[in-house]
Amino acid sequence: MNFQFAFNLPEAVPSALAVVWFLLVAVLWIGYLVLEGFDYGVAMLIPFLGKTEKEKRVLINTIGPVWDGNEVWLLTAGGAMFLAFPAWYATLFSGLYLPLFLVLVGLIIRGVAFEYRAKNPDSRWRATFTWMATIGSFIVPLVFGVGFANFIIGLPVVTDPNNPALYVVASDAANVGVTPYFWELFSPFGLLGGIAVVVLCLFHGSLYLTLKTKGEVKQRAAAFAKIIGLVAIVGGAVFLVCQNLFWPPVFLSGLNWLLVVVAAVALVVAWLSIGKGVAFVCSAVTWLAVALGIFIRMLPTLGFVDAGTRTAFDSAGQLLGLNVFTAASQDSTLTIALVAACIMVPIVLAYTIWAYWVFRRPVGVENIPDEVASAA
Amino acid sequence: MSAETLARWQFGITTVYHFLFVPITIALSLLVAVLQTLWVRSGDMKFLRLTKFYGKLFLINFAMGVVTGIVQEFQFGMNWSEYARFVGDIFGAPLALEALIAFFLESVFLGMWIFGWDRLPKKVHLATIWLGAIGTLISSIFILAANAWMQNPVGAEYDAAGNLRAEMTSFTDVLLNPVAIATWTHVVFGAFFTAGALIMGVAGWNLVKRNNEHPDSQDVPVYRWATKFGAWVLLVASVGTILTGHIQGQIVTDLQPMKMAASENLQDSATCAPFEIVPGVGVPCVLSFMATNDPGAEVKGINDLKADYDAKLAAGQALDDRNQLQVTAAAAKAGIWGQTDAVDWVPPVLPTFWSFRLMMGLGVLGILLAIFVLVSLRGNKIPAGGKGWTGLMIAAPLLPLFANSFGWLMTELGRQPYVVNGVLSTHAAVSPGVTALELGLTLVLYTLIYGVLAVVEVSLLLKYIKLGLPQRVEEPTVQDDDSAPLSFAY
Repeated sequence: MNFQFAFNLPEAVPSALAVVWFLLVAVLWIGYLVLEGFDYGVAMLIPFLGKTEKEKRVLINTIGPVWDGNEVWLLTAGGAMFLAFPAWYATLFSGLYLPLFLVLVGLIIRGVAFEYRAKNPDSRWRATFTWMATIGSFIVPLVFGVGFANFIIGLPVVTDPNNPALYVVASDAANVGVTPYFWELFSPFGLLGGIAVVVLCLFHGSLYLTLKTKGEVKQRAAAFAKIIGLVAIVGGAVFLVCQNLFWPPVFLSGLNWLLVVVAAVALVVAWLSIGKGVAFVCSAVTWLAVALGIFIRMLPTLGFVDAGTRTAFDSAGQLLGLNVFTAASQDSTLTIALVAACIMVPIVLAYTIWAYWVFRRPVGVENIPDEVASAA
Repeated sequence: MSAETLARWQFGITTVYHFLFVPITIALSLLVAVLQTLWVRSGDMKFLRLTKFYGKLFLINFAMGVVTGIVQEFQFGMNWSEYARFVGDIFGAPLALEALIAFFLESVFLGMWIFGWDRLPKKVHLATIWLGAIGTLISSIFILAANAWMQNPVGAEYDAAGNLRAEMTSFTDVLLNPVAIATWTHVVFGAFFTAGALIMGVAGWNLVKRNNEHPDSQDVPVYRWATKFGAWVLLVASVGTILTGHIQGQIVTDLQPMKMAASENLQDSATCAPFEIVPGVGVPCVLSFMATNDPGAEVKGINDLKADYDAKLAAGQALDDRNQLQVTAAAAKAGIWGQTDAVDWVPPVLPTFWSFRLMMGLGVLGILLAIFVLVSLRGNKIPAGGKGWTGLMIAAPLLPLFANSFGWLMTELGRQPYVVNGVLSTHAAVSPGVTALELGLTLVLYTLIYGVLAVVEVSLLLKYIKLGLPQRVEEPTVQDDDSAPLSFAY
């Protein structure tokens, strides 16, 4: 399964399977953003759209049965990167050490918050866990947004002085293991990325709430969507235009501009149809277009750049030794895993859809039982 | 402290902590499914009340297992990037499949189980807890296959030509690794040991308390049933744990002889080797039996193994020539054969020695405890209570947590100095780009967050254990009225 490739690839066997797996990783990230994107948005909005305790519980219960399943998309995306591109997973996860630690803290505090908040009616206890859910759900998309913006810019890598096979994120070779590549992440575009992802989650989540709540909460969600939708349109447009003007992809730049148009149109349609199912579908399409554009930009060097030249090529004009082909697992491993994925992903989708169907009814204040959950 | 030391402490702390919740998740989900099945089949509300009571304890525990588990998946790349790069072609597969096959099943169906009491027909709802529980079991198969590969890296070869890493030659060999099979059975029995002790301790404590307060209460026979149920699970599981542990001991002796020698502090090889209960108090031939099933057999000591390994390393040979990854890595002068500094072959003796003994001692205590409880409850008897009984019932759920932790400490400390046995040293596996400052900072913060969460979790568990069986339990029905209150909501 080889195909022609325009660059000189050091020690790499261009494998179509590697490209397929790159797409599959993108699909898993898109699944994560579309699904958990709204539950981050909802959780961020708990203290703002829920005025009374029961209203807060309405918000939490719209995502209660599904948030954990949504989060597995992230775990699967991470696992798929480990499986299919060990060198990508190794360099990226160690390179973004502190940001990923923040993500983990966010996931930990929000994860326990939903379950534990309900277990004690004390108002201080509840307020604490409300804010843990809210802050945790804010940190995670913020950090991922900053991260994705930096994949667009390109994370500088060098080879480990003691191990030429291992690439390390560092501004230059002298900094390996001395100065972490951390503050550089927060460039204006990096911050814009963080804000854009948070805003998209808020918009996506408020659209979900317009479909899954009733009464006053629903009206508040719609009113909020009207405002945050405008911010999302403006912020998203600035982000995507900057991305494609300053950091166009190596391949398929035409497609990437098309994706910008798709994202923009989908956002506008979503904004115009707040309260209808089509709005939520459109914001999902926005995630898809944005994520796809970023993944295309990450080809072929997976969002890494040579620390010296800050491009995908070193000073001798060679393609970076860490790329979609060199980072990939061998074809036989990719084949086994692809077969498993082709069987499992449709099954997972089927029962996930069933779960959403079972909990399809909107939740209102009248549906919230008075006493604290006494049943298991 | 060096980055490597900090990374090891971080892995140790976060993993031992995570594994406090894992066995309860695996076995309690299955036992709750059994309780719910008993209710669905018999219609006896006693079982529904027990399902809800233990289901709640299960969920409080499950939340912690989920959030601490995410840390584990990320940590391989964050702290051990050379390890991740070196082994990803093999090790990544079980991890990704665990997420795809097990985590989705577990998360989606447990979500449906928690909220689905008035949304799903009785039998469909019962199916959701079974599917969730089966998810936890599948998860354990994959993650233990991954761990077993670190102990015994089968089904792989070193790729010297291109990628300079281990590559998979047979996924079946990785999944059917003898270490994986032995570890899985041992861990699953250990999980039932843990959950059985929890069910027994919680019910036994309530039984005596309620019986002394209101002997006529309808709850007393329910607690009595649950105490015996937990004790039987504990008894069967502790016997199973000991038998599978014996099999595992022989596999370790065969594949990781240095781990066995270190856990026994056996300096010189010996036939009819004694087992030291504590240093200086040995029982002749018992170690030989434990290690080989033959009381007269020779068990290799640390010094002989060291000399053997030194010679093989100098000659560029595999330490164990049955292992294809070791053979190919040695031939390519990769891994420990490419290391310039001297290899220290011996795992930390003191902690492995004591971990081994504490694990086994607590395992045997499990049997005794189960028998004691069953004897105390024989006929129609209910113990009078008192401090002794209360203490035992409080100790019961804690013993297995320690036994599990010591078991893993022995397994993983005994694997040192390698991260991949006989191939890649732990020292070489650590992320070169991550500073000691970052590792130290996150170590402190993880410990703080985990510490606070432990306090919260234990306080919730105690609260619900003291509340006891739910009093008003109605037969769940599918709710069609859109404006009716949910039977369960956060």
